Amino acid sequence: MKIHDIINLIGGTVVEGKQFLDKEITHVFASDLMSDVLTLNTDESLLLVTGLANLQTIRTCEMSDIKTVIFVRGKKTSAEMRELAAENEMILIETPYSMYRTSGLLFQAGVLSLY
Amino acid sequence: MNFTYNIEGGDFTNAGAPSSAVKKMLKQLGVNPDIIKRTVVALYEAEVNVVAHAYKGIITVDIEDDRIIIKLEDEGPGIEDINKAMTEGYSTASQKVREMGFGAGMGFPNMKTNSDKLTVNSTPGKGTSVEIINYF
Repeated sequence: MKIHDIINLIGGTVVEGKQFLDKEITHVFASDLMSDVLTLNTDESLLLVTGLANLQTIRTCEMSDIKTVIFVRGKKTSAEMRELAAENEMILIETPYSMYRTSGLLFQAGVLSLY
Repeated sequence: MNFTYNIEGGDFTNAGAPSSAVKKMLKQLGVNPDIIKRTVVALYEAEVNVVAHAYKGIITVDIEDDRIIIKLEDEGPGIEDINKAMTEGYSTASQKVREMGFGAGMGFPNMKTNSDKLTVNSTPGKGTSVEIINYF
């Protein structure tokens, strides 16, 4: 699924990486636990759904080669987070929806689960 | 090639900056992306451990033709029982560390998974040293 379509589906706002929205996402992982994210065997077609908005969320994605993150339940990204994300050509999206609703919508739309 | 980085205990703002620098370097050298990912995930986990538990630490990175050797040496409380620390789910992390998304007792097991050779030595009350070796 294209990131464009994902944004429409979840009522999202792109706060970083507007130039990359044509990318295709095949898998989703939803977690607030970065230790868990660091164990994933994945590539750039994975999207992370999380409620944890801090600098280490971005660092974790950088190390894990995750390029797209949705922050749920109105969690706001900081300027430092966006700056680090920009350096790594990442896409950051904020949505007012909950983690359950966001994940449910993506699952229903056919985006695969990693496990 | 040799590089050194300093880590400050409790400084979650800069945690990951050395891992990021190593990642960029390995990319420039054209190292296989899977090996880069394994290396930086192991290093980042180790870095987070130093930030989470120690007062300060030094990372030395040595890149040779066929391998990378990373050493993290910290001054801190050390680890009483390394076997326990290697056990998945065992953690002594503070609430603050957990709020950052870590401290689930997954760090050392994940470092092991992502290293070709992992050596951990510790003196309780003094500090811990971790060595990660990955072959290209």
